[in-house]
Amino acid sequence: MKLNLKVWRQKNNDSKGSFETHTVNASEHMSFLEMMDVLNERLISEKKDPVAFEHDCREGICGACSMVINGRPHGPQQGTTTCQLHMRKFKDGDTIVVEPFRAKAFPILKDLVVDRSAFDRIIQSGGYISVNTGQATDGNSVPIEKDLALKAFDAAQCIGCGACAAACPNGSAMLFTSAKVSHLGLLPQGEVEHTKRVQSMVAQMDEEGFGFCSNIGACEVECPKEISTENIARMNRDYFKASLVSE
Amino acid sequence: MELKNNVPVGELSEKWTQYRSTMNLVAPNNKRRIEIIVVGTGLAGASAAATLGELGYNVKCFSFHDSPRRAHSIAAQGGINAAKNYQNDGDSVYRLFYDTIKGGDYRSREANVHRLAEASVDIIDQCVAQGVPFAREYGGLLANRSFGGVQVSRTFYAKGQTGQQLLIGAYQALSRQIASGSVKMYNKHEMLDVVKMDGKARGIIARNLKTGSIERHAAHCVVLATGGYGNVFYLSTNAMGSNVTAAWKAVKRGALMANPCYTQIHPTCIPVSGDYQSKLTLMSESLRNDGRVWVPNKIEDAEAIREGRKNALDIPENERDYYLERRYPAFGNLVPRDVASRAAKVACDEGKGVSPTGLAVYLDFASAIERYGKGEALSKGIKNPSSSQIIELGEAVIAQKYGNLFEMYEKITGENPYKLPMKIYPAVHYTMGGLWVDYNLETNVPGLFALGEANFSDHGANRLGASALMQGLADGYFVIPYTIGQFLSGEIRTPSIDPNAKEFEEAEKNVRSLLDKLISVKGNKSVESFHRRLGKLVWEYCGMSRNAEGLEKGRKLIRELREEFYQDVFIPGSADEFNPELEKAVRVADFLELGEVMMVDALNRNESCGGHFREEYATPEGEAKRNDKDYAYVAAWSWSEDGNHKLHKEELTFENVELKTRSYK
Repeated sequence: MKLNLKVWRQKNNDSKGSFETHTVNASEHMSFLEMMDVLNERLISEKKDPVAFEHDCREGICGACSMVINGRPHGPQQGTTTCQLHMRKFKDGDTIVVEPFRAKAFPILKDLVVDRSAFDRIIQSGGYISVNTGQATDGNSVPIEKDLALKAFDAAQCIGCGACAAACPNGSAMLFTSAKVSHLGLLPQGEVEHTKRVQSMVAQMDEEGFGFCSNIGACEVECPKEISTENIARMNRDYFKASLVSE
Repeated sequence: MELKNNVPVGELSEKWTQYRSTMNLVAPNNKRRIEIIVVGTGLAGASAAATLGELGYNVKCFSFHDSPRRAHSIAAQGGINAAKNYQNDGDSVYRLFYDTIKGGDYRSREANVHRLAEASVDIIDQCVAQGVPFAREYGGLLANRSFGGVQVSRTFYAKGQTGQQLLIGAYQALSRQIASGSVKMYNKHEMLDVVKMDGKARGIIARNLKTGSIERHAAHCVVLATGGYGNVFYLSTNAMGSNVTAAWKAVKRGALMANPCYTQIHPTCIPVSGDYQSKLTLMSESLRNDGRVWVPNKIEDAEAIREGRKNALDIPENERDYYLERRYPAFGNLVPRDVASRAAKVACDEGKGVSPTGLAVYLDFASAIERYGKGEALSKGIKNPSSSQIIELGEAVIAQKYGNLFEMYEKITGENPYKLPMKIYPAVHYTMGGLWVDYNLETNVPGLFALGEANFSDHGANRLGASALMQGLADGYFVIPYTIGQFLSGEIRTPSIDPNAKEFEEAEKNVRSLLDKLISVKGNKSVESFHRRLGKLVWEYCGMSRNAEGLEKGRKLIRELREEFYQDVFIPGSADEFNPELEKAVRVADFLELGEVMMVDALNRNESCGGHFREEYATPEGEAKRNDKDYAYVAAWSWSEDGNHKLHKEELTFENVELKTRSYK
């Protein structure tokens, strides 16, 4: 299949970017990133600068890949990262527009690569349970209801890719933050610090420059792990409760 | 050089406890003055950095990723072993120890493996306390499943994303230490040299991948937790960035690479579909709990399937060869990985492969779906369920257990594995070889430690499923925090290491000249093209089966390829900017050297054991034939520019298990 690619090129965060057009011959069995590999191999053979993009595991779990494809973070397939998107989802002759994840808190490093370290700082602000190595009691000492464990697992599946913030017109990180708050807060182990956690994580999220949530729901639609906006509702409730109990 | 493994004396089951209670300690006031560098943030690195930070050391932690959470431990699917015996099925620390020694084909160090089995129980407790959402039973207690090579159920899991959940646990513990200031995190930094002063590891040279600047980082000691080298094969289940560079730079500075020929070929991966392919995807071993492996009995049927004239459902039950169940009745589909992989190769070599390339076998869930469906119908009180009802109920059970894996399979292949059996084939997955370490996880370079997949110590010639996560976390949470004190207790009077010392200057110059050398070739071929060619060579001559003639040839071809690389590689851009092609080039340059040492090691080992199968050494039934008299040793290699790589041996002594021919029949 022959494809027309319009790819965003940008030297760094301070320079102005623009689209560059390329034609690529691909096979329908390729993953989207393998199609990008084909483009880069050609650029290198022409002694040109290849398109920079993040990728690593190529099996949908590391959260490194991060392109906006035809206006949608991770492309058109529901619940799928860019690396797991295959070219059979496109048609011969299609024009495909490829851009970086855009959000105020994600500065562009080069081309399609953005800096998502703001997410790490949100986790550092309280996205953990304070237990030192060696302090744990037996793993079976506290039974946890199966459904509750599964609910916590669903939230814990977040891969930290940033699609939620890129999809949100406000560039909000509510889905990311609330998924962590839910994962830890739903479990009895995480309950002790829950109030403090929700407050400090929300504060850090604001400090990083992520926008507010206006209940649009694009984050859930584009999340490759299909994390639910119920987590946002839960965090809002918990945040409200936390501000009542603390002075 | 004599390799001292420093295994403490005493009864096997008492060694670690006694050693731990009598080893040297570093007092809290001294810990505050001591700096430790940890390279890598996978399970081993993140857990080590977090725990050392909790203990009060000053830790600097490095990752080439943009976030510590992206390390490839994240992709581990099936689970983590622990000798909890929660299932009351006869498990114990000794049994886990024994299974691991036997699974490793008697090529690992007894004392290390026993310590691993002991630590396994603490790991589960620690992870639960961190909030890792392990699978649970209806009563709220932890669930288990079985993995290959064992007859008990000791694997803890979180759907097919166990590695992700454990890594996030370790990442969160690390994040907490970063927030507290005890760990300073350097993302997007790649280690390119180890700095030695007076023979001890005292720092690293790292390249800031965002800016290209070269940085010096000094510390009292250096811990490498940088993973395995499976990407030497180009096509593997490793992430694209997984590399041997940090470990290989250590080898260049005198550390030894142990058993590099031991690579694990995982039996259940999605087969290669084309030349453009960049990586292979694993389908968790846990699937062999419920999936049955088969090929058609008749070569004509296999041909018809390859040509698309028939599919799996056209082959009646009595014309299928469930070859693992037939050849290994005691373990059936749950034989260890090396055995299952070789058996798949044999079936395909006989012409019974079922994909267009001829390199695939079936992994079939139909009977599991039926079995679970009937069970569910019974428990729901449905009398005389129809077959479609049974299938529907059974598929729901399978979806709950392996849903994400089935989805991933469908996304990649475009086929629905609930309806048609999966097609699978072995692929490179893990490397048992790695930096040689003693009982303290210290390499032969004082102050240089290696953890997790980066070291060689626990899995012998073949790793059992769900044991990599166990080893990574055991090393990081429960071993290195103690054993590092043996070295550091001698360093309490050592002032901060000076990064302006001449040794740092020399190492920095070394790194700069390497980068200049690569950039200035300005040839005509891409880094990727060399990597692909290297991978094909290593797979062909040092893959699932090897022979002396092929290894000689492979070694020669790799040397030629290396020469060509330095004459004709093209790297766009410069060294002092963000340059992913240059990053790849450095890694491929190291793989081009490591690949040669793998061949040398495989050629030296005139026996078959675990993942190392030499065609000359097989039983008449095609099973691996070990030679304990001559090869019960660890082969640790030093690198030499002139090609005379030197072998150093650590004899393996077995005081607690009897060396037996491994049998899963």
